[in-house]
Amino acid sequence: MRRAEPIRDPATASRLFSIVAGFALLWPLGIATEFRPWALFESDSIQATVRFLGTFWPIAVDPEFLRLIARETWRTVAMATVGISLALLLAIPLSLVAARVLSLSGLTGKMDPVPFWIRQSVRWVLIVLRSIPELVWALVFVRVVGLGPTAGVLAISLTYAGMLGKVYAEILESADQHSNRTLLRNGSSRMQAFFHSLLPTCAAELTSYTVYRWECAIRSSVVLGFVGAGGLGQEMDNSMKMFAGAEVATMLLVFIGLVALADRASATIRKVLG
Amino acid sequence: MRTQAWGVLTALLCLVIASFATIDLQWQAFWSAEAVASMGRFLGEFVPPETSPEFIQKVIVGAWETLAMSVLGTLLAALLGMLLAIPGSQNRAEARTWTRTPVQWVLNALRAIPELVWASLLLISAGLGPFAGTLALALHTAGVLGRLYAEALENAPTGPAMALKAQGVGSGRVFFYATLPTILPQVMSYTLYRWENNIRAAAILGVVGAGGLGQLLAFHLSLFQMHKTASVLLGMIGMVACVDALSQQLRKRLT
Repeated sequence: MRRAEPIRDPATASRLFSIVAGFALLWPLGIATEFRPWALFESDSIQATVRFLGTFWPIAVDPEFLRLIARETWRTVAMATVGISLALLLAIPLSLVAARVLSLSGLTGKMDPVPFWIRQSVRWVLIVLRSIPELVWALVFVRVVGLGPTAGVLAISLTYAGMLGKVYAEILESADQHSNRTLLRNGSSRMQAFFHSLLPTCAAELTSYTVYRWECAIRSSVVLGFVGAGGLGQEMDNSMKMFAGAEVATMLLVFIGLVALADRASATIRKVLG
Repeated sequence: MRTQAWGVLTALLCLVIASFATIDLQWQAFWSAEAVASMGRFLGEFVPPETSPEFIQKVIVGAWETLAMSVLGTLLAALLGMLLAIPGSQNRAEARTWTRTPVQWVLNALRAIPELVWASLLLISAGLGPFAGTLALALHTAGVLGRLYAEALENAPTGPAMALKAQGVGSGRVFFYATLPTILPQVMSYTLYRWENNIRAAAILGVVGAGGLGQLLAFHLSLFQMHKTASVLLGMIGMVACVDALSQQLRKRLT
């Protein structure tokens, strides 16, 4: 009888090497992030976790608390909606200025230097607005205008103006330019060309992106509450600091529900308008 | 269709009007000359940014910590996401799996809670510092990646897996030698994309005390040390810009 061949992996050496190399690369990352999973299982931290999680059930349902939560949830939604509306006021003119396809001198070759630099500097403004996270804007505005939704609204409107402006300009530039160029070449004004050619072509895409961003803004307006911008996030932060697990649990459920609802609503709106 | 569209538009308009009506905004904070002046003064305090070598070094350490948090958090999330995506997906070739629905619910819950909320929850068990931030990134991203991986698994071509299975190969090896290689490009691009997102997220997690540049920022801002805050902000923007440029180059190279 033939002895069975021992099963040998032909790639043993290279596998061993990549495992060792992987760990060698991960080691400094672990040190930098103070990665100590065993700290989670020390008796102190387990006790604290179990005590906190134990207070999650039963969740808080007394009517007064629910009323407060309903008010703060609405405030979160309102903050996102007002923020996006103000962002639109800023983003629409900026994107019209930034869009290269609305350039008259660009029709016949290279853009003139003055409009070129105006467009470029608007682009840079949009990049700066967008590259500072809304939470940082909110932290700064809380210092200036005080606690409350004003800081959150300002933060959302500035960051989202940057994002919307950039993407609007990109959408306008990626659209089919035939009718737009024809209008511009035949002497229509840039606003006429925009309203009669670019806007009808891109309307669906523009609304769909705006609604999607509104959904994102609802999520981020909760987070902004953690730095004092009001709404659900601020209540959540307060309850966490007081270790009121039952309230935290209720708010987490409300939040998950709100996100799911916004998700569904935005999908429906985009389908109907798209 | 048209009436539906008008209905949706009216509803949106009502939402906007109701929001403006009920929110207690301090409008004078936007328009009054005094508010603009105080804003200008406040922004003026940011210049010049602090440039002493010791502080620059602190910012660099913070940036490295943020970067490490994002890498480790994304790696953990990829592992956890894949572990959840396997029971959370249902291959066309297989019988119905009862695990799919409950696991999808878990993924949805992980995903619905933002990183920052995870971080402030985890501070209780993991303590202040970058470890809590790393875990928070990992949990939220595991929800996102798990769902994407599960979709990739469900849409993967079943041919190679069936061929191996017909030869009597165990399901573990079928996964590693047939299913995983077919979805690997998709998995890699999803993971890289989330990593980019996570660098931004990691930069702000510190605001609740979870380490990185955000912690430096919140600390110096709360002490009104505006010059130092400005340097941290510049460090943050610079880091994000570098990573964006790098990943754009990588993607151009890869595709």
